[in-house]
Amino acid sequence: MRPELFIQVFVGIPLLGFLLSLIISRSREMFISRLAFGTIGVNLLAVMIFTGYWLMEGQPTLNLRDFSIFKTQGYEFFVDFCFDKITAVYLLVGSILSFLVTLYSRYYMHREEGYKRFFNTLLFFYLGYNLVIVAGNFETMFIGWEMLGISSFLLIAFYRDRYLPVKNAVKVFSIYRVADVGFLLTMWMSHHLWHENITFVKLNDAAFVNEHLASHSAIGVFISLMILISAAAKSAQLPFSSWLPRAMEGPTPSSAIFYGSLSVHIGVFLLLRTFPFWEHQFSIRILIGVLGLVTSLVATGIARVQSTVKSQIAYSSIAQIGLIFIEVAAGFENLALFHFAGNAFLRTYQLLVSPSVVSYLIREQFYHFVPREHTVEDSLPKRIEYSIYMLCLKEWNLDSFMYRYLWNPMKAAGNALGFFSVKRVVVFFLVVTLLGLGVHAIAPVLPDAFVRSLPFAFALLAVTMVLKSFTERKNVLASWLLIIANHCLIALAVSFNEHFGLDHIVIYLSGVVCFGILGYLGLLRLKMLEGDINLDRFHGYVYEHPKVAFTFLLGCLGIAGFPISPTFLGEDLIFTHIHEYQYGLAFLVALSFILNGLALIRIYARVFLGPHVKSMYEMAYRSS
Amino acid sequence: MKHAQFNEHEVLKELSHYLPAQAPLKDFIHHNTLHAFQDLPFEKATRQAAEMFGYKTLLTLEEYRSLFHAGRINTSILEKIVSARMGNALVDVWKRKLLHEDYPAQQPPRIGALRSQWKRDYRVDLDSLVHPFLFRILCSYLDQGISMWGFPVWHKGFLASIREIERTSLTSFFKSKRARHYLLHHHSLTSLLREVVGNEKYFKQYVFDQQFAHQGWSGMVAVIESDPQALLDRKKISLHDLIVFELLLEIDALDTHFEEGWTPLGHLAGEKPNDLFEEVGSTEHHEVLMLWQEAFEWTYYDEVLLGLKLGSNGKQDSLAKTFQAMFCIDDRECSLRRYLERFDTRCETYGTPGFFNVEFFYQPEHGKFLTKLCPAPVMPQYLIKEKGTRKKHDRDVHFTKHSHGLFRGWLISQTLGFWSALKLFINIFKPSMSPATATSLRHMDKHSTLTIECKHPEHREKDLQVGFTIDEMADRVEGLLKSIGLVKNFAPLVYVVGHGSSSVNNPHYAAYDCGACSGRPGSVNARVVCHMANHKAVREVLNTRGIDIPETTRFVGGLHDTTRDEVVFFDEETLSQELAGAHMRNVLVFHTALDLNAKERSRRFEMVNSKLNLDKVHDAVRRRSVSLFEPRPELNHATNALCVIGRRNLTRHVFLDRRSFLNSYDYRVDLKGKYLLNILKAAAPVCGGINLEYFFSRVDNQKLGAGTKLPHNVMGLFGVANGIDGDLRPGLPSQMVEVHDPVRLLTLVEHKPDVVLRVIQSSPATYEWFKNEWIHLVVVDPETHEFWLYRNGAFAPYDPVEKLMLQADDLAPVFETHSENLPVYLIP
Repeated sequence: MRPELFIQVFVGIPLLGFLLSLIISRSREMFISRLAFGTIGVNLLAVMIFTGYWLMEGQPTLNLRDFSIFKTQGYEFFVDFCFDKITAVYLLVGSILSFLVTLYSRYYMHREEGYKRFFNTLLFFYLGYNLVIVAGNFETMFIGWEMLGISSFLLIAFYRDRYLPVKNAVKVFSIYRVADVGFLLTMWMSHHLWHENITFVKLNDAAFVNEHLASHSAIGVFISLMILISAAAKSAQLPFSSWLPRAMEGPTPSSAIFYGSLSVHIGVFLLLRTFPFWEHQFSIRILIGVLGLVTSLVATGIARVQSTVKSQIAYSSIAQIGLIFIEVAAGFENLALFHFAGNAFLRTYQLLVSPSVVSYLIREQFYHFVPREHTVEDSLPKRIEYSIYMLCLKEWNLDSFMYRYLWNPMKAAGNALGFFSVKRVVVFFLVVTLLGLGVHAIAPVLPDAFVRSLPFAFALLAVTMVLKSFTERKNVLASWLLIIANHCLIALAVSFNEHFGLDHIVIYLSGVVCFGILGYLGLLRLKMLEGDINLDRFHGYVYEHPKVAFTFLLGCLGIAGFPISPTFLGEDLIFTHIHEYQYGLAFLVALSFILNGLALIRIYARVFLGPHVKSMYEMAYRSS
Repeated sequence: MKHAQFNEHEVLKELSHYLPAQAPLKDFIHHNTLHAFQDLPFEKATRQAAEMFGYKTLLTLEEYRSLFHAGRINTSILEKIVSARMGNALVDVWKRKLLHEDYPAQQPPRIGALRSQWKRDYRVDLDSLVHPFLFRILCSYLDQGISMWGFPVWHKGFLASIREIERTSLTSFFKSKRARHYLLHHHSLTSLLREVVGNEKYFKQYVFDQQFAHQGWSGMVAVIESDPQALLDRKKISLHDLIVFELLLEIDALDTHFEEGWTPLGHLAGEKPNDLFEEVGSTEHHEVLMLWQEAFEWTYYDEVLLGLKLGSNGKQDSLAKTFQAMFCIDDRECSLRRYLERFDTRCETYGTPGFFNVEFFYQPEHGKFLTKLCPAPVMPQYLIKEKGTRKKHDRDVHFTKHSHGLFRGWLISQTLGFWSALKLFINIFKPSMSPATATSLRHMDKHSTLTIECKHPEHREKDLQVGFTIDEMADRVEGLLKSIGLVKNFAPLVYVVGHGSSSVNNPHYAAYDCGACSGRPGSVNARVVCHMANHKAVREVLNTRGIDIPETTRFVGGLHDTTRDEVVFFDEETLSQELAGAHMRNVLVFHTALDLNAKERSRRFEMVNSKLNLDKVHDAVRRRSVSLFEPRPELNHATNALCVIGRRNLTRHVFLDRRSFLNSYDYRVDLKGKYLLNILKAAAPVCGGINLEYFFSRVDNQKLGAGTKLPHNVMGLFGVANGIDGDLRPGLPSQMVEVHDPVRLLTLVEHKPDVVLRVIQSSPATYEWFKNEWIHLVVVDPETHEFWLYRNGAFAPYDPVEKLMLQADDLAPVFETHSENLPVYLIP
């Protein structure tokens, strides 16, 4: 038997464990936790045995081209797995840490509300992580990538009846969404560069890569930059760093494994994986190195002034990841892998023992107290010292950065559409759609230049839809419908590009329609039970209607192009039909996907999460 | 509104009174969470606090009803209480209300109503604009040693430091000019309120709204302001400074948000909320809840009183005793005493507050600070120093700040990082003591010597007398022995056993130690008092005061670790050979008793199989104390409900399920109640404080407790919060209180009712606890064995409603199968 076939096992076992964990009754704590650590334990064992075998075989790079999901002329979406040194290290570290943390959580989470939900999400995360690690091409990796995003959201918002966890979960999700779009654009340009869904193994073929890049250096730079954006966002490098400490809202073990170790090193993984691609783009290597250096310096400064244990660990971890970025850029792959493993273990352990810090440091202080030690910074002129201190304390305004330059302008744009009442939007949408279809019919007789400008025009309209949805405060159903409208207009926009067959539209929109109806029904049901729901505040309805909440979440995931819906494939297809010179269109489509996901998660959070709207009592304070 | 004039000083004083009064983590001291309302009767206070601050102060109607349906509330007791309070004729009417009437959900509380208008009328979320930054600055300023680069200006006081930084720095705390100007030009609190609120009528309410939006932080500031020693690394801060800075941040946020300007909140037309402090009228809903609460409490008390009635026997056996052992009154010691007496029927046990009547500051060798070892309100004049220690302090590099530096972090993560994985692996599979563990054994080195005797009273350090003089020692030993009634028939060995605990990953570790020693272990006190009682000169003085301790009797100090159920004894080497032999025998009795104690405790731990053999169960219990992943190393005072002040034979044959504080007291030694007053003075605030903190943390774990501890993040070493930018969470975490039944403390005193009444009334502070019914009081007449219940200033006879009592020879099978609260049993 071919050894490559075994790679599937590392995804198969977690998948099986995750599915089983969904159907166990929530009262059976023992069973749930046994299943979780059993699943991860068996997988760990399998990984160890396989790695041993692979080492003895002389560490060959293995590639398994698995099944195709969709195939048409000039396009094939197939699942591909690969196994090499990077895979081995990440798989081992991930499995060891997940195994230990699962065992740890068995007792730690005992009697906690949401015990089952915790292990479900943990297994889901583990599945997504493994999929990313063993993925052999961008498409497969993207499936896992999306899983990581959603499981992170769910774990940060684990205490979903409090205000801050939900708020921070949405915040982190918004950053992850930026990473997603970087990834989508990477896939888009890659299609055009290679004219196929490139596997990572092929990237190792330097001659092959150089041949393609020689004539398309701009495309090469673009792809590398998109990869860098994704990696920086996922690994909390500048300017995205401030999400990591804010993600520490869940139970300590989940913070330890996700934000202390595994999740936050995925950006590094992406860089290691794509290294052969940008290895010869010197400017990119410099850029990555500089980004890592600046991040590690800034993050170290911020870590130095942190007065809470978890944020201190978060920032020092970011600083170390900055160094790992430098190592990767410099081509020290082994060092980077070693550093990753050490950093992941160290930060996990530090987070897990973080509550002990009180008794330990107080005792230390009791016996060795020196009134405020002289720090390096004290020798600076006061003016400089205070200024740097303040900047570090304010995290160099990184937290407000994303708001100021990304979300607030969008909100302002959405609010500027205030005159557009929901009714008007619906009428407008119908008119535009009919018009679009009409234009389609007569397209052959229209001037070429006009037809060529249509995709951009319609994509712009699509963005208006989702902007309106994103800023809608009152009518939740309208907000939902606008998201669907956005998808339809995107499909329409791209359909003006040639070669976009009806079957592609069907694939794309079938998911949107099915899950759109599912979500709509969910909201309708809630409206029937609870009356009108606005989007002005959190409502916490998951407390009373967990089933409706789950149905609606499925709807959201389906529409957002999560790999349970054909829209997932559709999004990829849409991008293949955007030509490599249509940067504007690609930008708009990407933007609309970002906003789309955000608008969805915003609706879910506002309606179902947060402090329950009906009970003032037995609810935590907003500030806690 | 009554207060048209805004008096800054008065308002700050009042605010400080209402804020949570929890000290920093290292000094966790239990207190009545609703201390601000203690001058009101319990019923009124719970109503007032609920309406003002939105606290849930009792269980919900549904919770009481389900307790009733589960048989936890006795029907005849319920009827009796309804009849007593509402009249016999209305029993059925009220019973129907209790069981079936629906009451509308409570309205939003008064607090926050005024300030919520920012959101409602201005559509600006001031809290989310101001809080994260404010908390961050507060935490950095107060930080006790987490940050590597501390607040650069620190000795001038909070606001002055902020001003200094603002003046010098190139960056500003503010985004707009106006707030900066106000800060640098020392604008007063009142003038800032005029800017933000405008109308003086609302100043006070605004300040309350603002500070109660983050009562955890404000409470911490208030505590540090009033007691700067609460922090080892002292910080000067005041509520005044906090409010001024917060008002400046609010002005800044509003100026940035409304570029075109804004009207002060108080000038805005529109409905203004009610006065926060207006008296809350009685409601039927609250009356119903109170009836349920009393019925719930008396269902349990009635059982206890019946048990005492049937179980106590007056006969005093006159056989010589093998040993006597003194423990803390702590509810966790009650079962250990039961087992000791079972295995050695000729031993005697006593309970007394765990500082053993010796109050002093303690300075461990190399310690840079003093630790107070006596109840929190006492201010000792003595210092005890530790010398000649042998132990080294272990360090753990995982906690060092080097790992957070850039280059050392680079080295450490690649080396130590792998060691961490191994350590984690070992701790999960084989947990053991580590430097991260907080253990009571570290409090004092067993082999050290203590400076107990003071030969030169003029020798003072830090304005304290080092050690006690002979007379001072004699006073303390006499006080101790007379208060517990041990004045004759001394056994050859008298143990004085303090208690402490061991836990890891537990920021609330101080709450697990001895409350009578200000949240520290009682080992030093035990050792000190034994030294005193063994001192020849002291015994001579005692002899003149009617206490004749035979020369053959030795006092031996010890420490009981309540988490691990282990005991250590001090100065064993000074025992004569003969006594050493007897001691060895007694130690075996202790060990057996501790094994059984561990088994009894294990019934509450779902993860421990209580059916295994004793050793295995005890091992599992020990393992909990050092397991990183165990959020419940022990259950501490959970389920506490009683305080018995009297002779042991009152309770010796009654199984009280570790729910009782037991204070030994012999009325015959104290006919006038002199010692009783001292006992009650300490027992009411200590036991009552513990009881009420558990009570309120249990009924409203979110607002009065700390919520679940699993996501807690340590802030500056003095508090915990959820995540990195949340409010501090005072109170107890849910893991500590989840099994607790919220019932007020029932104090039982064995004495004549008229003496007790005179005694409690002689101390107004103590009397308040009973008068306002924060604690129930029942007196057992030692001669007639009748119960007298205190109510409304007088004692009335009480006879248990129930007549039948469970009996058991051995409860071990019950422990193996039941984890819930057990009923009272008569035991041999």
